[in-house]
Amino acid sequence: MFRVASDTLNSRVPAGPLEQKWDKHRFNLKLVNPANKRKYSVIVVGTGLAGGSAAASLGELGYSVKAFCFQDSPRRAHSIAAQGGINAAKNYPNDGDSIWRLFYDTIKGGDYRAREANVYRLAQVANNIIDQCVAQGVPFAREYGGTLANRSFGGAQLSRTFYCRGQTGQQLLLGAYQALMRQVSTGRVKMYGRREMLELIVSNGAARGIVVRNLENGKLEVHTADAVVLCTGGYGNVYYLSTNAKGCNVTAAWRCHRRGAFFANPCYTQIHPTCIPVSGDYQSKLTLMSESLRNDGRVWVPKNKADQRPPGQIPDDERDYYLERRYPSFGNLAPRDISSRAAKERTDAGFGVGESGLAVFLDFRDAIARDGEDVVRKKYGNLFHMYEKITAENPYKVPMRIYPAVHYTMGGLWVDYNLMSNLPGLYVLGEANFSDHGANRLGASALMQGLSDGYFVIPYTIGDYLAGSKHSKLAEDAPECRAALQDAENRITKLLSVNGRRSVDSFHRELGLLMWDYCGMARTKAGLEATVPRIRALREEFWNNVRVPGEGSTLNQSLEKAGRVADFMEFAELLAVDALHRNESCGGHFREEYQTEDGEAARDDENYSYVAAWEFQGAGNEPVLHREPLVFENVKPSTRSYK
Amino acid sequence: MSSDTLNLTLRVWRQAGPDKPGGFCDYQLEGVSTHMSFLEMLDVLNEKLIAAGDEPVAFDHDCREGICGMCSLMINGQAHGPDRGTTTCQLHMRRFASGETITIEPWRASPFPVVRDLVVNRSAFDRIIQSGGFVSVNTGNAPDGNCIPVPGHRQEIAMDAAACIGCGACVAACKNASAMLFVSAKVSQLSILPQGQPERAGRVLNMVAQMDKEGFGSCTNTSECEAACPAEISVSHIARLNREYMKALIFADR
Repeated sequence: MFRVASDTLNSRVPAGPLEQKWDKHRFNLKLVNPANKRKYSVIVVGTGLAGGSAAASLGELGYSVKAFCFQDSPRRAHSIAAQGGINAAKNYPNDGDSIWRLFYDTIKGGDYRAREANVYRLAQVANNIIDQCVAQGVPFAREYGGTLANRSFGGAQLSRTFYCRGQTGQQLLLGAYQALMRQVSTGRVKMYGRREMLELIVSNGAARGIVVRNLENGKLEVHTADAVVLCTGGYGNVYYLSTNAKGCNVTAAWRCHRRGAFFANPCYTQIHPTCIPVSGDYQSKLTLMSESLRNDGRVWVPKNKADQRPPGQIPDDERDYYLERRYPSFGNLAPRDISSRAAKERTDAGFGVGESGLAVFLDFRDAIARDGEDVVRKKYGNLFHMYEKITAENPYKVPMRIYPAVHYTMGGLWVDYNLMSNLPGLYVLGEANFSDHGANRLGASALMQGLSDGYFVIPYTIGDYLAGSKHSKLAEDAPECRAALQDAENRITKLLSVNGRRSVDSFHRELGLLMWDYCGMARTKAGLEATVPRIRALREEFWNNVRVPGEGSTLNQSLEKAGRVADFMEFAELLAVDALHRNESCGGHFREEYQTEDGEAARDDENYSYVAAWEFQGAGNEPVLHREPLVFENVKPSTRSYK
Repeated sequence: MSSDTLNLTLRVWRQAGPDKPGGFCDYQLEGVSTHMSFLEMLDVLNEKLIAAGDEPVAFDHDCREGICGMCSLMINGQAHGPDRGTTTCQLHMRRFASGETITIEPWRASPFPVVRDLVVNRSAFDRIIQSGGFVSVNTGNAPDGNCIPVPGHRQEIAMDAAACIGCGACVAACKNASAMLFVSAKVSQLSILPQGQPERAGRVLNMVAQMDKEGFGSCTNTSECEAACPAEISVSHIARLNREYMKALIFADR
């Protein structure tokens, strides 16, 4: 199903002690003279936390920046929906935190499948992020005396999470958005909204531009630059139902992959334990209930199968608080992968609640009795409100019903320590890259990574590349630009001309269900082997039977969706192949054949302690596996325990 | 849970492009589950239209959890529909009755021109933020977060204002198409926080000037905006904006 390349990928991690790597590296990076910066142009695709912060910071430095997003405004990127918070090792609560501990927790949380040096750098710059956001006017929660407040989050035994009620992502994104708008007003950044990237332009082996479609009028545009920075988020919507926004897609990343960029660890997907359960087959998306709720909510199911009593009438000794039972030291704050699997274990065994039996309770009874309803409302009011809107149940009175759902994807385009892909000049930031979370991401660390990459990594590393690059300006009608433009145009024509019988959404739903059943929370060799041909068959049917109404020369939302689903159809196969090749369980990748006696993930460090970076060989052709060995000089990989 | 379904008549604004004439089209939709969100109901309508060989209704949406501000829609004449503090994506069909006719229109305001069907262009809001809705602090300039203490109660007011999702419902609900609630939310947040002080006067003057330039109408204090706002931004922020504006105009050292 795949071929293995004999080379090993070079991560370009600098030598020296872990604590000094980033400082030394920054000194060794080449600089671009302030007066010369405006002569270099940079394209930033995507304007979430990573893209917004990158475009703003590069603009501040003086580079000529063009930023693109498919939404009508950069303020809409899905980073805005992050609820819980952002981690940093400030140790303000004086509870023993340190950069080293944040680094250690993140490496362990990722089940020892992340690069040490990247994670350490992330932990180092996390404190700068908090300072920067405070200075921008982000209204973080405060103590009465005016100092910053912290709360605890999954996978950590201390309080290091900064938050803005249940809307932390919104406030951080608006901070980055405002910084970006300020650069737009100075003219250093030119903003292009409602543009979707359809192709990457590669010239002499380097990324030099993009082809975008203006979604309002359908016009294709070519934009060239000296470097391209991709910040286009994750691929969770390959499952159709996820907590991602409807527009989230893999297209930009996949188009780069088709042009030669390696895709790393696509099988590392995060299933978040606390989402509102699926109801009905018309459902269009799943809604997350922040992990922060597990600070005060207790997760349980009845001890007796098919207990039909209302939850409030089930006495404590007939409730199974299974997270507290199985993981006494972390309890309800066990990491996401572990909590999700524990919920699946209970519901598979027949103890699930609700109409479908695919749900568990998240109960605030004890917190309300202890602290009062007002305190609970102050902390989680907007989440409780959202839950009631969707389910018509009042969570102050009856426990929430929750179930795991696809939430985040740790895999992404392969990047080196400088966040550059194997294609020179193509940088990949935030969720779109694979770099910092290994096989599982801890809560409150996605915001940290997006902003770390955008505010504090790319401004230094891109200068090194630009200072060393010797290329001349690429004309927008150069042959490689015209070819990429033609490819994009041909694809649109092809999608519009199939004129079959099934809608794009019906294909997307079918693909999603297939992926969830065989490539979701638990995977098996047999299931994955059977899934690959089914994905291929569905892809073939798509190209013969999809109906995309309308034209290419107007706003056409069916056409937008069709292009994205077409790419998901190719990507899904790679995800399944990656999951099949990785004969171990780690983090979010759980192969049923590889588990310990008590049902925990069993890693195989001897054979699989590497990053799997895949090279495209044409749709339907065997991809080539390149490996980057993971070297642990500072922490010893051990069996993760949260007991 | 009940398994109730609704039969509805949808009266939807259709417009092929910015310069094309628009008009209402009526569609019958049967068997709509009361558990659906309003946008899921439109998804069902669109699937039906595609199956019949028609073009689906274009509407803006993205996160579908009430925070991105992308969804809009005047529903029976009300911005985001009948529920208080609720975006269209969070509105559920259990709020409607079988046999009802539901009128669905785009935001109606000249600074938000229609792009197609129910989709409008809200880039005027971005330009207002560009005119001053920020703190000028370059990356790397920040002191330690706790060097800027903010009393808890002031932070709470700032957060109330900062919760604005930029959807434009305030403009759509206002008979004058005024953007005062949107502008005041940002002015208020940054005038309350210590970080916003150095640019306080210039910010309010520039943002109000840009708002006027974009063609938004005047505020006559009827508070329709507050009633329609899904983030429940209070009109008290408009009062603060007015005070800030007067102070800046008369006293400011600009």
